[in-house]
Amino acid sequence: MSRLITRRNFLRSSAIAGSGLVLAGCNQFDFLGSKENQVRKVMEQANVLTYQVQRQLIGAQTLAREYSASEIRQGMKPNGSVEPSTPEYMFLQAQNFANYKLTVKGMVEREVSFSLEELRNMPARSQITRHDCVEGWSCIAKWTGTPLGPILDMAGVKSEARFCVYHCFDNIQRTLSGDILYYESSDLIDAYHPQTILSYGLNDQVLPVSNGAPIRLRIERALGYKQPKYLHTIELVDDLSPFGQGKGGYWPDQGYDWYGGI
Amino acid sequence: MSDVSGMPAAKGPLIYRQSIWTRVTHWIWAICLFFLLLTGLQIFNAHPALYIGQESGFEYENAILEIGAFNTDAGPRGRTTIFGQTFDTTGVLGMSGAAERPVFTAFPGAVTIPSYRDLGTGRVVHFFFGWIFVATMLVWFVASFINGHIRRDIVPGPSDIKGVPRDVAEHATLRFKHGRSYGPLQKLAYFSVFFILFPLIVATGLTMSPGINAAAPWMLDLFGGRQTARTIHFIVMVLLVAFFIIHIAMVLLAGPFNELRSMITGWYRASPGTPSIEGDKP
Repeated sequence: MSRLITRRNFLRSSAIAGSGLVLAGCNQFDFLGSKENQVRKVMEQANVLTYQVQRQLIGAQTLAREYSASEIRQGMKPNGSVEPSTPEYMFLQAQNFANYKLTVKGMVEREVSFSLEELRNMPARSQITRHDCVEGWSCIAKWTGTPLGPILDMAGVKSEARFCVYHCFDNIQRTLSGDILYYESSDLIDAYHPQTILSYGLNDQVLPVSNGAPIRLRIERALGYKQPKYLHTIELVDDLSPFGQGKGGYWPDQGYDWYGGI
Repeated sequence: MSDVSGMPAAKGPLIYRQSIWTRVTHWIWAICLFFLLLTGLQIFNAHPALYIGQESGFEYENAILEIGAFNTDAGPRGRTTIFGQTFDTTGVLGMSGAAERPVFTAFPGAVTIPSYRDLGTGRVVHFFFGWIFVATMLVWFVASFINGHIRRDIVPGPSDIKGVPRDVAEHATLRFKHGRSYGPLQKLAYFSVFFILFPLIVATGLTMSPGINAAAPWMLDLFGGRQTARTIHFIVMVLLVAFFIIHIAMVLLAGPFNELRSMITGWYRASPGTPSIEGDKP
């Protein structure tokens, strides 16, 4: 009998010790939230490994799954910026984007610009795909647009270019020192992927402002933050460090992985 | 430490029970699972709902679990809805912390890394330990296949299955036999963890990656969609937490000193009457 009580005491003390361990865990590891922390920098290398392994594992042309029309059961959930308030954007929006221009510049043979009308008259592709937000939710929708690859070819990408930087109109964050504008970037494999389109249509309607009008880039094998809305300029570069805080995108600057394929 | 009972006849032999592979992988997993759990809850908090299907229903209902905070006449309350049943979980889920400064996260900061809302950091730490977890799994499977640990101790044989009722009775009365290998219930538990839960949590985790979805779309079909995979990932986490609680309880009940020694040094004191073989110590 006394043995049983000993065991009971064991259980009780271990429960207390166990919960103490968990409570100790609560803010003991908060230092990992600091982007300058050396341990975190080591851990971030796991994302580089993920990127390299996925690039080896997944063919450059391998498509993201496309769904059937019957699987569109709801509207596309807007998230992040839903109503940009920069003067440049509001001016264009007031004219229904008649004066909108998409520019391709940087490490290209020739800088090129296209109006929304020109983009709409280029060969179009429609795809019903699943949008996966980094938060954890998914939403299926039909996206219509023109593939990015041929547009990059029109500009003539120089051989030293390694990344596309996507500059956007939306002020995702307002700070005392001014607006922070959304930007993203990808490697050239994602940029030239057959499903990477400059979308202007959503679920057979004109792309609404809340989902990125007039142009939202779709990179279908990556999470939602790699699908920049309100896109106006694509810049070809060999180095991402001059942009934002140097991590290749607004969310990567906030500590999210750059690749976004997981 | 030597036995103080003073009755050598009542003591079983000291046997070399756990190989270096088993011991090292055990402790690496323990560290990995600690961080994977606490960062996993951080990631869950970014969208505290689980669904069945390819997508998340915003304009229709396919959620089986939702945790959130809601305003009531008596102020905000934490609520958890599971299979349509709503429970007030104020203080634990949906709303926690001091009354004057409540925190409105699904799981409280005490069980997330970081303790505050930070999805980006949660993901960095989760994927780092995810890689180590999977690498350790590969090492364990190869080593345990070669050294016979899987065949000898993990896969239940016909005699183990027949021995289950007796083993249940022995566990119910807290009488444990410390043999050279594991008992029937131990084998079933470890077999389930290594051959069902570990592979399942890795596979459902990979099924949430849009990159992997392109390379292996069959995984989406296998698990019934990305959101179902996310739900299974969560359920397996709950099962692994349940395993952990039972595992610790059993270690404490079966003799924590002996059990810990075997997982650190490899040497384990068997029950009296266990036949000695070459290599045992008295």
